[in-house]
Amino acid sequence: MELISPTEFVKDTVQTLQDYSLLAVQSVANVFRYPRYFADILQQADLIGVGSLPIVVLTGFFTGAVLALNSSSTLQRFGSLSLLGQLVSVGMVRELGPVLTGLMVAGRNSSGMASELGSMVVTEQIDAMRALGTDPMKKLVTPRVVSTVFMLFFLTIISDLLGLVGGGAVAQGLLGMNSHEYWSTAWQILQFQDVFMGLVKPLLFGFIISTVGCYYGISARGGTQGVGRATTQAVVASSVFILLVDFFATKFLMAIFGYR
Amino acid sequence: MAAPPSAIEQPAPSQTGTGSDIVVFEDVSIAFDEKQVLEGISFRLAKGETKAIFGVAGAGKSTILKLAMGLIKPDTGHIYVLGDDVTQMREDELFELRRKIGMVFQESALFDSLTVRENVAFRLLEEGDVSEDQVEAPVREALSFVELENTIDKFPSELSGGMRRRVAIARAIITHPEVLLYDSPTGGLDPVTSTTIIQLIVKQRDVYKTSSLLVTHRLQDAFIMATHYFDRKANEMRPLPPGARGEVPMAFLILRDGKVIFDGDARELAQSKDEYIKEYIS
Repeated sequence: MELISPTEFVKDTVQTLQDYSLLAVQSVANVFRYPRYFADILQQADLIGVGSLPIVVLTGFFTGAVLALNSSSTLQRFGSLSLLGQLVSVGMVRELGPVLTGLMVAGRNSSGMASELGSMVVTEQIDAMRALGTDPMKKLVTPRVVSTVFMLFFLTIISDLLGLVGGGAVAQGLLGMNSHEYWSTAWQILQFQDVFMGLVKPLLFGFIISTVGCYYGISARGGTQGVGRATTQAVVASSVFILLVDFFATKFLMAIFGYR
Repeated sequence: MAAPPSAIEQPAPSQTGTGSDIVVFEDVSIAFDEKQVLEGISFRLAKGETKAIFGVAGAGKSTILKLAMGLIKPDTGHIYVLGDDVTQMREDELFELRRKIGMVFQESALFDSLTVRENVAFRLLEEGDVSEDQVEAPVREALSFVELENTIDKFPSELSGGMRRRVAIARAIITHPEVLLYDSPTGGLDPVTSTTIIQLIVKQRDVYKTSSLLVTHRLQDAFIMATHYFDRKANEMRPLPPGARGEVPMAFLILRDGKVIFDGDARELAQSKDEYIKEYIS
């Protein structure tokens, strides 16, 4: 492994942060600039949203199911199995639904974006696009950011619902709970701030997934090996970034809503 | 730095006149990772002229084209393209300028997820509010120029290397740009395909009078261009009649160690006393 001097490391890190920040800002600013690529946005929405549906459905359902299964023994010990619906509901909507959906979509799409754009960079297709008078930031990055933010929002809702269904299936099928009791408690416990918190996060995570994926793709260097490296880095960085932002967003939103 | 010598004889435009210069490099330097690639180079490309750029691998030939296109910025110096200083322009201003320039990349750089039709039509579809039906005629015209109309529905991966270069030329010329930049258009191709590509470049030079910079490793390609013209009636490239050498607007530029060591026409090149140049062209 090549050793890098601390000065070079700091310089590289600052450069990376600066380049990423510029890309992130430009991707948002381009939403308000012409030309707008609606066809590309729709195509990406299909690829990212519809394409991710199977993994999101499976993840949501089984997360809810296993959450119910794991919690049931503890709740039974205190004679509070009736709270299972509340636990699954709050857990899925506030935390597990957004985070796990974000991580699954990051694994699928952040890597996809990095490899696709990285391949375009190393085969000079990005330069060719610029030479043809088209801004790759507007044509390639902004549609991916808009689509990911938009679609992750709805994917999270689907994941939350499937999680509740999974929890309900375990509650009814394995634990013998009354279906009506499970669903009514699950519904009643949810407050505005829970739903709000659960729906703000996918917007942040969608932005992270797409901008990190596009950043590593656009900055890929060194042929096919470089593209492979960019793909891996994109998944790792977006996943870590999601977990970090999740903590700070949760803390911030809890402070706003007066949670203790 | 003194102005470079006149590149070619009449009827090529004068290089000292500013009005007829399409591309002007003034004392341009650029380094990558502390390696000096270009060091204070200056040259001019006159209107209607084709200038072939030579040099060993890593001499900075492709860098010159990317600098002219504004894809990268020099460390020092100025580059004027069609009267605009590309070194001082923002990226969004450059997009406007680039619409007047066509570029053929070394490895074609066709968009691999788009068909030949979509690749060639890309610029037209991006530039205006036009439908795919409206671009069909110009796309077919550009493809017939490179004699590849039958590939219109294919993907780049289904084409040979030579065909991809020709599609890249069709994509570059579809809007009839004022300047064309060719980056090793014959690199890695067999002699027959190379001659086909050179014929297309000569056709573009002599029929449409497009100014161009041509990066190549193959000296013979540039000599063919300097000694042939395109016969529109016969629709093929033909040798210039004896004594008519220098009648085509063709110039040569040789780079060595980041500097321009020769800038002139075929006759001057052949008469050069420089040992390196003599060895290079032998």
